[in-house]
Amino acid sequence: MSWSDLLGITPYPGLSLLILFLVLSLVVYFSRSSLRAGLLHAGNTLYRACRMGSVALKHAEQALQARNREVLLEQGRQAAERAVEREFERIDHTVRKELGDYPALHRQVSEAITAIEDDYQRSREVPPAPHGWTEAVAAIAQIPKAEGMVATMLESVHQSISDMEERAIDEYRKDSRERHRLLSRARPHWQELVRRLAGAETRLQRLLDRAGAIDNHMKDYAEINQGSDSAIRRLSSSSLTQFFISSFVLAIAVGGAIINFNLIARPMAEMVGGTSTIGSMQVADIAALVIIMVEISMGLFLMESLRITRLFPVISSLDDRLRIRMVWISLGILTSLALVEAGLAFMREILVQDELATAAMLRGDELAAGPPPFMWITTAAQMGMGFILPFALTFVAIPLETFIHSLRTVLGMFTVALIRVLATVLRISGALFRGMGPFLAEVCDAIAFLPLWLETRFRGLPEREEQQKKTQDDGVSGLWKNSLEQH
Amino acid sequence: MEKLLRTALIVLIGFVPLSCSAPEGPSNRGVYMLLDTSGTYTAELQKARQIIAYLLTQLDSGDAFAVARIDTGSFSEKDIIAKTTFSDRPSTANQEKRAFLDKIDEFIDSTRSAAYTDISGGLLQADEYLTEHEVGHKTILIFSDMQEELPAGYNRDIKLSFDDVEVVAVNVTKLRTDNVDPREYLDRLALWRQKVEAGGGQWRVVNDLDRLGKLLSERG
Repeated sequence: MSWSDLLGITPYPGLSLLILFLVLSLVVYFSRSSLRAGLLHAGNTLYRACRMGSVALKHAEQALQARNREVLLEQGRQAAERAVEREFERIDHTVRKELGDYPALHRQVSEAITAIEDDYQRSREVPPAPHGWTEAVAAIAQIPKAEGMVATMLESVHQSISDMEERAIDEYRKDSRERHRLLSRARPHWQELVRRLAGAETRLQRLLDRAGAIDNHMKDYAEINQGSDSAIRRLSSSSLTQFFISSFVLAIAVGGAIINFNLIARPMAEMVGGTSTIGSMQVADIAALVIIMVEISMGLFLMESLRITRLFPVISSLDDRLRIRMVWISLGILTSLALVEAGLAFMREILVQDELATAAMLRGDELAAGPPPFMWITTAAQMGMGFILPFALTFVAIPLETFIHSLRTVLGMFTVALIRVLATVLRISGALFRGMGPFLAEVCDAIAFLPLWLETRFRGLPEREEQQKKTQDDGVSGLWKNSLEQH
Repeated sequence: MEKLLRTALIVLIGFVPLSCSAPEGPSNRGVYMLLDTSGTYTAELQKARQIIAYLLTQLDSGDAFAVARIDTGSFSEKDIIAKTTFSDRPSTANQEKRAFLDKIDEFIDSTRSAAYTDISGGLLQADEYLTEHEVGHKTILIFSDMQEELPAGYNRDIKLSFDDVEVVAVNVTKLRTDNVDPREYLDRLALWRQKVEAGGGQWRVVNDLDRLGKLLSERG
């Protein structure tokens, strides 16, 4: 029965409405006590259900948060371990490469010191200075000039002494020169020594820096092991950042893969046919996709074998000989696929030219003598892209690993937030239902206001109030008390 | 991590059979074109060449295309001028298109006017060809003035069947008598529409050759 039918029970809709309202008032009045109790009970039941749901969600949220925390700490621990491991590998490499020649350095430094010592020892033999000769010559020269034989003899003595002085000075100069020569020969040894010591200092400084980095990593590791809140905050923030960065790089990689797909899908129709389909996709398109997927897989294996990523623990735990062999195999397959792609890109250009020529012939256009002279640039560029893109896609493995690792954390955080919102919605709904029961009970009274007014008038207000109070005590308060006791 | 990879794998494995299931019918196209060679209509054959060249640019690998003449008795394979199903390989399909157009050129250069116009016979032959090739979209193009003239003794009073076939009348020229009484032209077209639609087909008329894009409906 529709609303218009109800309004049509009398010729006057207003009268019909009034009659209907009176009937409704009477129905509500006679079923008032059970209706009120029912409404209050329903409101209370719904409130309790929402409350229980909210509590259950709260528990689930706490459990998920604890699990997220565990996962985050475990990931952080693994990352810190890897970082420390890599630092140690670098130190090992530095020690092997730069301090491996330490015995040779020590020998060279010792030899340089010995050479300097020898030269120094020899340069220490200072020639005696010709002190007395000058005074003797001066003393003889001051003797008054005599005549005859004495004069000749003195002249001769003076001459001899002068000659001897000159010889002594020459000898002294020669020795000094030799000494300077020895000292100047020691100079390159000093410089070499200083250079080698400076080099050793730089290397040692580098090692000290690495040791400092390890200290930092170990500090982080200790914090993570303690499960401190600051470590959790740092790891969460780091996971979010990594998630967005890796998503961005992956989006770029997807763009590269699409370009790669367009390069090879068309010529692929020449190999597998252009009409066969699987589902709604052409087999040629699927084949091109498969080639790109195989390239990405080979790239993943290559990165795993090189221990740059660690998506497959089996590969990184292989023994080194097998792992290196795997590097070469995956690199070989990747190179072959890159060559195939370059060939397909070349073929694509030929097909395009053929298609253009056919279309021109069908349109009745004049056929050009041949392709334009600059066409080789396009062909070469396509071939180059066909060859390079597979290798470029190899590096997808790095952002992919980061994306997968950070995705767990981000999904966990998102789920926690969702559960929290749901719990809040349930709490609010519970509060609404709790208030709705008494409200609807009052609305019932409002609908039955006329019979209630008449009852009050005929039976008296005090009695009515007492009954109302009793009803409230029995119904409302009882239900509230029950619910409160249960909670 | 392991769980995540496992889930991704399951989704992937589940997706492949889903994408392969519910096989659709063939998506290739079959086009059969009838060329009227009766009377003075042979003068219009250069326009037909233009249409055929356009159709060749629109057809792809796997599509079937045949061109047949309408003459005194058209219900015959001998009236097929050129027919091909384009190869899977795009480069071979291009060569086939060139060869196809060469055959049409040869025909136009050497054709002579037919005494009668057996359109119904040509339509029967076209339907047989398209049904045989199991194509996804069937189109019959009739390049004619749609004036049928049968020699004595030829019976074409049979119900034509055009299930899922689109019949397009192209370049329906007006005859001298049509100019005197245009109702003849309209009645002629209405008669053919009725025949085609009674056979379960769809009927269209394209007279403006600048709108060749309307010849073939979109590939589904």
